[in-house]
Amino acid sequence: MKRVRAEVLSTRKLGAYHQLTVVAPEVAEKARPGQFVAVQMPEGREFLLRRHLAIHDASRRGGWAGTLEFVIDPAGPGTSWLASTRAHSFLDLIGPLGKGFSHPRRLSNCLLVAERHGAATLYFLAQELVAAGKRVDMVVGAETLERVLKPIDAKRLSQTVAIVTADGTLGDRGGVMDVLAEAAERSKAQVVYAAGPARTLERIAAFCKERGLPAQMALEERMGCGYGLCQTCVVPVARKDGSGYDNLRTCMDGPVFNPARVLWDRWLGERPTMLPTPPEGLPVVRAWPG
Amino acid sequence: MSPAKRTLAVDLGAGLVLPTPVMVASGCAGTGRELSGLVDLRKVGGLVTRSITLEARKGSPPPRIAETPSGTVWTTGLQNPGIHVFLDAELPRLARGGAPVIVSIAGGSLEEYVRLIGALQTRPEVVAIELHLSGPDEELRRDVLGAHVDRTGEIVGAVARMSLVPVFAKLPMSASDLPELAQAAVRAGAHGLTIGGPPPALGVRSATLRPALGAVTGWMSGPALKPLTLRAVFEVARAVPEAPIIAVGGVRSAEDAVEMLLAGASAVQMGTAVLVDPASPVDVARGIAGYLKAKGLESPRDLRARLRVPAGFGTADEP
Repeated sequence: MKRVRAEVLSTRKLGAYHQLTVVAPEVAEKARPGQFVAVQMPEGREFLLRRHLAIHDASRRGGWAGTLEFVIDPAGPGTSWLASTRAHSFLDLIGPLGKGFSHPRRLSNCLLVAERHGAATLYFLAQELVAAGKRVDMVVGAETLERVLKPIDAKRLSQTVAIVTADGTLGDRGGVMDVLAEAAERSKAQVVYAAGPARTLERIAAFCKERGLPAQMALEERMGCGYGLCQTCVVPVARKDGSGYDNLRTCMDGPVFNPARVLWDRWLGERPTMLPTPPEGLPVVRAWPG
Repeated sequence: MSPAKRTLAVDLGAGLVLPTPVMVASGCAGTGRELSGLVDLRKVGGLVTRSITLEARKGSPPPRIAETPSGTVWTTGLQNPGIHVFLDAELPRLARGGAPVIVSIAGGSLEEYVRLIGALQTRPEVVAIELHLSGPDEELRRDVLGAHVDRTGEIVGAVARMSLVPVFAKLPMSASDLPELAQAAVRAGAHGLTIGGPPPALGVRSATLRPALGAVTGWMSGPALKPLTLRAVFEVARAVPEAPIIAVGGVRSAEDAVEMLLAGASAVQMGTAVLVDPASPVDVARGIAGYLKAKGLESPRDLRARLRVPAGFGTADEP
């Protein structure tokens, strides 16, 4: 992990997203698929916390050596600011952070399932898997055409691709779960990698469990620092010895986890509401300050 | 003053000398390894550990943090491995970093605090103890253990008698009469006070009708707190002028730190700022040195409580 002042090489619009390319040789050299960086926000604004971006690509050789690419969904003030950065400005960047995906040693058929910009991290992984001689197939889903990240890259990187959009503007109408079983059979999947919204990952995890498919998933939980200090980005993960669970930091212990050990119900289960009368069965959470 | 005599070191009394007046606040110092690659810890005034309890705590459900204007609302529910794992695994690593280590302890009962200090008292790596007193009182069934003069005095007294190092009571920001609490803590044996820290807070997501945090309520931190901390430090410093005060809440620049010292603090802690810029405690200390030089002063001590207030301020004549 290094803290660097990275020059912005370019930003360009990619449908609903923006692609950001920066020069950061020390980070690019070490970056693995699944890892991320923490980018500092400008001074004098009311938003403070670093923004955490999954690494979409890292060039280590050739003309673009030492560059890193990210895909930004400009949904809030920080990501919008990042999307508006100009070439030759500088970003304070810490990375690469977190534990990335690991390659299967013996298994060779890899099914990659991405929803929305979760595809950013999986295309990086696909490149490495292909280079390692693995078979890669993909399922890519989003609400609409503009939110399907680089469909041509998906085709270039994999044997077969199933693209689905909720409104049917690209590929089949539907969600990734509608085509997952078929894609798994067609590709004779032996291992599943997934990234995207947590609710989708939960369903993919259940699918993998049912079929006995090993899987790895990049999880997202709200982060404070990104480098292990604040203990806010935790997800509940079962211990290997079966003696219970621990709240593990997605920034240091993840973001890639084995979904079979993630306690999805505990993580995403009914969250408290602000309704005057909470619906029956909602857990009463007694906050312990700290 | 000759530059040779100028120093950033602060002597907080009772043998406690910190290399700079800028520490990392509790909950933002990691577990020993995280910060070492990002900042030169030998140039950090001190690390306050996350608050340690007797038994391990898993902490509150996520999400645990949300951004607010110039701040954050957060809670961890005091996630920590318990005192014994902490002493075996974390404390030696934290101490090896090179910054003085102040251990924060938290409990829900007098017995818990006594057992914590009993386990800690022989450890040479610890330069001071900070008492987290903002949790619920499990014995007296009160919401905030340290918000009451009787209880603060009792717990501070017990810990201070057993501790071989100086004890700083971190008084809850939600307490109605901080100066009175501060006097009670010092009378009971607190060497100093940590003043400021996060006030209780709530974040709401209107789109989903849900609270921003899994634990519903949490705490607020960040630069938005600075005026709250300044006022609290100022009032406590007037109530207990002899006790060293560590200011926490809203410090992110050298100017902020200088303001805290002028209001009456002897040192400051940085929290949210470290989550954004891990080297900020060193940069702020350097900035304080620059301020001292510009003003021809010798040490951060020369700034303490030097805020010039009108004669007669705080007397009975005040409107």
